[in-house]
Amino acid sequence: MADPPCKGDNGFCAPGTESFLYKPFVKWEWFNVHFQITKVTILVWIAVVLLIVLFLAAVRKPKIVPGRGQWMAESVYGLVRNNIAEDMIGHEGVKFAPYLATLFMFIVVTNVFGIIPVAQISPNAHIAYPAFLAVISWLLFIIAGIRKHGAWPYFRDILFMPGVPKAMYILLTPIEIISTLIVRPITLAVRLFANMFAGHLLLLVFTLGTTYLLSVHNFSKIFSIPSFILALGLTFFELFVEVLQAYVFVVLTASYLQGALAEEH
Amino acid sequence: MSTLAEVNGQLGTIGYGLAAIGPGIGIGLIFAAYINSSARQPESANFTRTWMLVGFAIIEALALFGLVLAFALKK
Repeated sequence: MADPPCKGDNGFCAPGTESFLYKPFVKWEWFNVHFQITKVTILVWIAVVLLIVLFLAAVRKPKIVPGRGQWMAESVYGLVRNNIAEDMIGHEGVKFAPYLATLFMFIVVTNVFGIIPVAQISPNAHIAYPAFLAVISWLLFIIAGIRKHGAWPYFRDILFMPGVPKAMYILLTPIEIISTLIVRPITLAVRLFANMFAGHLLLLVFTLGTTYLLSVHNFSKIFSIPSFILALGLTFFELFVEVLQAYVFVVLTASYLQGALAEEH
Repeated sequence: MSTLAEVNGQLGTIGYGLAAIGPGIGIGLIFAAYINSSARQPESANFTRTWMLVGFAIIEALALFGLVLAFALKK
């Protein structure tokens, strides 16, 4: 979108990182920090408003026999509550179900923007959004662990895993610090970001490839057909990946919470 | 001699190819183990699916780091 497809016989320009940059509608500067309102910002606002309106409308007048909207909201919440929160964390997990369900729906909606015409980009293809979501999940599981066990016992269990010979701590403590406190939030953010980033690039390569091949003045024109078919097929593949990544993000958050809340090993 | 074919690009592409080997094997093992276990004990399929996805996600992260770095470290 940001860059026009290359035409004619002067070669195909593969889409790069610049195709993720949109012209800002509004921009301003506070204390040397640049603020921009772009398509991506507006998509996030739309996602937030959509979720609030849909869920409020679904449960405003709850009925015993649910209508269509209520049924949808209840089944999404039920999936997260029963299949993720209760199955993975256990009985204590129920109180995290609202957070996990909100997280799931927010990521699904923002991800699916990636294949909706006109929107065509997922806000999660910008590292800032997944990073912020990952930071929230990271703080949540650390705070949950501290509140359950107390600050020192919680960090002591991370630093010095109980039931291990003392000499092993030389090896284990650095690994545990890195894996629990550093790698977890980073992988959480990068996984979602990279999937959306790669998905957007993949679709761009094949749609721009189609337009490019159509503009070539030789027999290579016919290759635009497989390219277009692939673009269509990959759109459905992207839908699958987008929902799967939302699920994976929530399941991983739940498993980190489970680790933080677990009794002494 | 005139150039018949030319490859332009960056080393990141090759780096991504290398980064994808390990996760490729790992994801194969994960799904093989899941299919094996649910064929032997179909009633456990629901329980193991979650853990399969967790393992899949953790392994996949390595390949995705390769992809992101291919773009992040240009030149």
